[in-house]
Amino acid sequence: MPDFLLNALLAGLALALVAGPLGSFVVWRRMAYFGDTLAHAALLGVALGLLLDVSPILAVTAGCVLLALLLVTLQQRQPLASDTLLGILAHSTLSLGLVVLSFMQDVRIDLMSYLFGDLLAVGFTDLLWILAGSALVLLILLPLWRALLAITVHEELARVEGLPVAGIRLALMLLIAVVIAVAMKIVGVLLITSLLIIPAAAAQRHARTPEQMAIGASLLGMVAVCGGLTLSWFEDTPAGPSIVVCAAALFLLSFVMPRRAV
Amino acid sequence: MSEALVRVDNLSVSFAGRTTLHQVSLTLEPGQIVTLIGPNGAGKTTLVRSVLGLLEPQQGRVWRRPKLRIGYMPQKLQVDPTLPLSVLRFLRLVPGVGRAEAIAALAQVGAQQVLDTPLQQVSGGELQRVLLARALLREPQLLVLDEPVQGVDVAGQAELYRLISQLRDRLGCGVLMVSHDLHLVMSATDQVICLNQHVCCSGHPEQVSGDPAFLELFGQDARSLAIYHHHHDHAHDLHGAVIEQPALTIHGPVHRHGPDCKH
Repeated sequence: MPDFLLNALLAGLALALVAGPLGSFVVWRRMAYFGDTLAHAALLGVALGLLLDVSPILAVTAGCVLLALLLVTLQQRQPLASDTLLGILAHSTLSLGLVVLSFMQDVRIDLMSYLFGDLLAVGFTDLLWILAGSALVLLILLPLWRALLAITVHEELARVEGLPVAGIRLALMLLIAVVIAVAMKIVGVLLITSLLIIPAAAAQRHARTPEQMAIGASLLGMVAVCGGLTLSWFEDTPAGPSIVVCAAALFLLSFVMPRRAV
Repeated sequence: MSEALVRVDNLSVSFAGRTTLHQVSLTLEPGQIVTLIGPNGAGKTTLVRSVLGLLEPQQGRVWRRPKLRIGYMPQKLQVDPTLPLSVLRFLRLVPGVGRAEAIAALAQVGAQQVLDTPLQQVSGGELQRVLLARALLREPQLLVLDEPVQGVDVAGQAELYRLISQLRDRLGCGVLMVSHDLHLVMSATDQVICLNQHVCCSGHPEQVSGDPAFLELFGQDARSLAIYHHHHDHAHDLHGAVIEQPALTIHGPVHRHGPDCKH
């Protein structure tokens, strides 16, 4: 197997592994639009990273974190509904990112690769970043698992029971921000959310516990990565969209499969 | 006074310039059941949220005994339909609770049969019991129940009230309960607080006299059902402001509400 394919495969599998449990929370907590907004803001992070000459993955993480904090502050300060705010932030940050990039004429960048990913161009350093980011997310997520479930079920009950709800919620946003930074190279800012929610949605119908859904989502995501890369290898299709197409096919398949008796 | 679990002194809360609570005071003690009654928008839930510490007091003081363990039963539980969560897992979200403890708590509230049922498929009455079981798993010194009989049929309501009073006897905990119903409050309630932004009145619920017809109708539940008779010496207009009325009651001297009174 050529090196670039192996890199792509490992990167995709690592992402699918962490996207499963996090994506499940995105589905349970109805945060799909939030994930989309963070992903759009990631492009602004890339632009600022190039401008300030810092690693794009760090710049994107920092950008997403700042956006998450800005969103929480705005939600508390004014009466617009969350989806309106998210819509404003998503498109203004995406546009701002494109505008900033257009000012940097000395930097040649492939915009398409940021928008739709460039998995087959993942180098060894990129792979290390992706693996490190995924490991970090898993290490933080596992001890927080029960607390995250508790606040997803009922935030006030969790607060009365002594959980630091605001902190846990922020931690979840930060974890999603890191995953988006990691995923950008793989599927691009416009397709990131799909990798979070499609495998989770596909696993949902056949899961009886939260853990089954999370692990099922990871496995389905990995299958989608393998399928997408295979398609890309043999038919020369773009890798990121091929993975998303595979995930969507799995989602449709989950409807056809008979549900296990409870 | 050091025995108190929670003391609320002259608490006032307003949202967007509209007063929700005005100088409310109350004390919760171990082994005592306090029931809050009042119409919609009377501030019952606001008062409960303040007692729980979910809401910072804007004026006045809410004192809780240090390290007070509160078992809270929220008014509603809406779990996203995509979250596969059995009743057992729901109960085990309380830290340190294993399978055995969860089953024991369900047995205490008489809902063992729903142990493995997905939370979203549990019926209204069963869900209230499951929520109560979760509150019990905290080994509470204070139980706070926000409309515990919501969505439960009348026979089930009496049973649930009886259960709450039994739990109080067994655990010796204090209970703060919200009831929407002006007429149906349990006889075991030690104190009823009638709230309409301020404390209109408070005191022991009147026992229903041992009317044979009443006892026959409700059987053993009769003791848990009481009609709470009380007279108001004032009325409220639509904004909740006090309207002066001539005292109609024949019981002794009557306190007149006015802007200076402390409740």
